[in-house]
Amino acid sequence: MLFWQQLGGLFFMQTTECIEQHPSIAAGREVEQLAPQRLAPQRFSFGRLVRRLPWQRLLVPLVLLGALLLWELVVYVGNYPAFFLPGPRRVAQRFLVVLRSGALLSHALVTVSEVLGGLVLGLSVAFVLGYLLAKSRTLERILSPYIVASQAVPIVALAPLLVVWFGAGMFSKVLVCALTLFFPVLINTIVGIRSVDAELKELMVSLRASRWQAFRYLELPAALPVLFGGLKVGVTLSVIGAVVGEFVGADRGLGFLVNLARGLFDTPLMFVALFTLMAIALTLYLLVSGLERWVLHWRWPQE
Amino acid sequence: MSQPILVVDHVQMLFFDLAEGPFEALEDATFEVMPNEFVCLIGPSGCGKSTLLRILGGLLQPTGGRVWFNGAPLEGPQEHIGFVFQHANLMPWRTALANVMLPLEIQGVPRAEAERRADEMLHLVGLGAYTEMLPRDLSGGMRQRVALARALIYDPDVLLLDEPFGALDALTRERMSWELLNLWQARQKTVLMVTHDIQEAILLSDRVLTMSRRPGRVEHEVVIDLPRPRTVDSLYTTRFIELTHTLRDSLR
Ligand SMILES: Nc1ncnc2c1ncn2[C@@H]1O[C@H](COP(=O)(O)OP(=O)(O)OP(=O)(O)O)[C@@H](O)[C@H]1O
Ligand SMILES: [Mg+2]
Repeated sequence: MLFWQQLGGLFFMQTTECIEQHPSIAAGREVEQLAPQRLAPQRFSFGRLVRRLPWQRLLVPLVLLGALLLWELVVYVGNYPAFFLPGPRRVAQRFLVVLRSGALLSHALVTVSEVLGGLVLGLSVAFVLGYLLAKSRTLERILSPYIVASQAVPIVALAPLLVVWFGAGMFSKVLVCALTLFFPVLINTIVGIRSVDAELKELMVSLRASRWQAFRYLELPAALPVLFGGLKVGVTLSVIGAVVGEFVGADRGLGFLVNLARGLFDTPLMFVALFTLMAIALTLYLLVSGLERWVLHWRWPQE
Repeated sequence: MSQPILVVDHVQMLFFDLAEGPFEALEDATFEVMPNEFVCLIGPSGCGKSTLLRILGGLLQPTGGRVWFNGAPLEGPQEHIGFVFQHANLMPWRTALANVMLPLEIQGVPRAEAERRADEMLHLVGLGAYTEMLPRDLSGGMRQRVALARALIYDPDVLLLDEPFGALDALTRERMSWELLNLWQARQKTVLMVTHDIQEAILLSDRVLTMSRRPGRVEHEVVIDLPRPRTVDSLYTTRFIELTHTLRDSLR
C-alpha cells in the first residue's frame, strides 16, 4: 500500500499543492516560513546533499531500474532466444516500431474505450444497486443470494456467451468489463452507505431533511472514502475485463494484440502489449487516487 | 401565567429486542416546561435521559403516554425544537461555518444569507476566527460550540441539550456553562438540558428534575430559587449549598 501512495505522490504533486492551499493548512505554513531564518547558514556538504535527496520518491524509479538490469542479466546469462524471453532493449525496440506505425496507439485506444465504457456502466449499476441494497434489508434479502451465486460463474466462462449474444464488437467487451468490476464495487458501496454515522443520521432526521437532502448532505460525502476504495479496485478490474473479452473474440485491442503476437511467436510484441496494459491500469489508478486526494482533502492530515 | 410549551404526560419507552424480549428504558416521565424556562434533567447513567430527550426531539416514538408541544401533540421532529447531541456530531468534511450552515441549507435559505447568519452565530459563540477550520482541527470545546451554534442558527424556541459538555474537561465545561447562561439570558429560549453534574444543574436552571435508576422515572423536582443573573459568587452562597444537599438527597 505504501508503494502505491509513494507512486501517487510522485505523479500527483499538483494535487498536493491544491491541498496545501486549503485554509486549514495556512496556520502550519507560517511556522514553516519562520523556521529557516533561525537556522545558521550552512556550507555545502556532499554528505548532506545525499541525505537531503528525496529518497522516498526516488525509490520507485530506482527499483524499476534495478528490475530492468536484473532482467537484462537473466537474458544474458541464460542466453534465451527472443521468442522465449526477449531482453528489455529488444522490447523497447519493438515498442518504438509499433508506436511509430500507430498500431499500438489504435489498439490501446480500443482497449481504453472498452475499459472506460465498462467503468461507466459497471459503476453506475453497482452504485445505484448498492445504495438500494444498503437502504433496504428486504431488497437485500431478496437479491443478495442471486448476486452472490452469480459470482460463482467465472467471468472467463461467461465471456464467450456474451460475445455470441452481443457480437464481437465493442459492446460485448464493455459488458465483460462491467461484470468484472461490478461485485467488488457493489460490496464497497453497501459497506460505505451502511457505515454512515448513526448520530449524523439522527441529526438529518431532527433537521427534517428530505431523502434527497440526506443523500446529498450526509450519505454521499460520508460514504465517499469507501466508494473511492471500490473505484480503485474497479478501474484495475476493468482492464482485466477488457483483456478477457478481447481474448474470447475480437479483431482489435491490446488483448487481441497479445493473442496475435503469440500466434506469430513475436514475444517482444507480447511484452509491449502487456506493459501498455499495465501502464493503462496504473494511470487509471493514479488518476483515481489523485481525484480522491482532491475530493477527500479533509481526510489527509496537514503536512 | 402562560401555557406550558412542553407537556410530558406519562411517557414510557419499551425497546423490543428479539433475543431478550421487551426492555423498559423509561418507565414514567411526567412533567411540564414553561416558555423561557431553563430546566435540567439529572439522573444516573442508563436511566433513560437520552431516550427521553430523543422522544421530545421527535426522533423516537414513545410506546406509552403523550407529548404536547405548544398545545398540539408532538409528531416527529419540529422546526421549533433544536437538538444538541451528547457528542458534537459534526460532519468531518465540512468546515465550522459549513457545519453551522447545514440547517439553513436544508431549509432552502439562499447561500449568501445562510453564510452571513452562520458567520454571525459563530462569532456569538466566540469562534469568529475559526470559521474555515475543519472539525479535526478544533478542540473538543470548540466543536461543542459549533454544535451549539448549529442548533441556535434557525432560532428554535426550545433547545434540547443532551450532556452538551459531558466530554469536556472541568475548566472548559465551566466556561461553556457560563456562555450558555449568557446566551440563554440574551435570547430568551426554553432549555431542557441533561447533565450529570449537580452544581452545573443548580447554577444554570430554574428547576431540576431528578430521575431514578433504570427503568427511569422522573421522581423529584427541585425549584432553584437562586436570584438571577447568576455569577461565580452564586456558587458560594448558603442557599447554593442547601440546594446541592437537597438535590444529592433526592438522587439517592
Ligand atoms: N435503540 C435502543 N434499543 C435498545 N435499547 C436502547 C436503545 N436506546 C437506549 N437503550 C437502552 O435504554 C437505556 C437508557 O439509555 P439512555 O441512553 O437513555 O440512558 P442515559 O440516561 O442517557 O445514560 P447516560 O447518562 O449514560 O447517557 C440503556 O440501558 C440503553 O441500553
Ligand atoms: Mg445519554
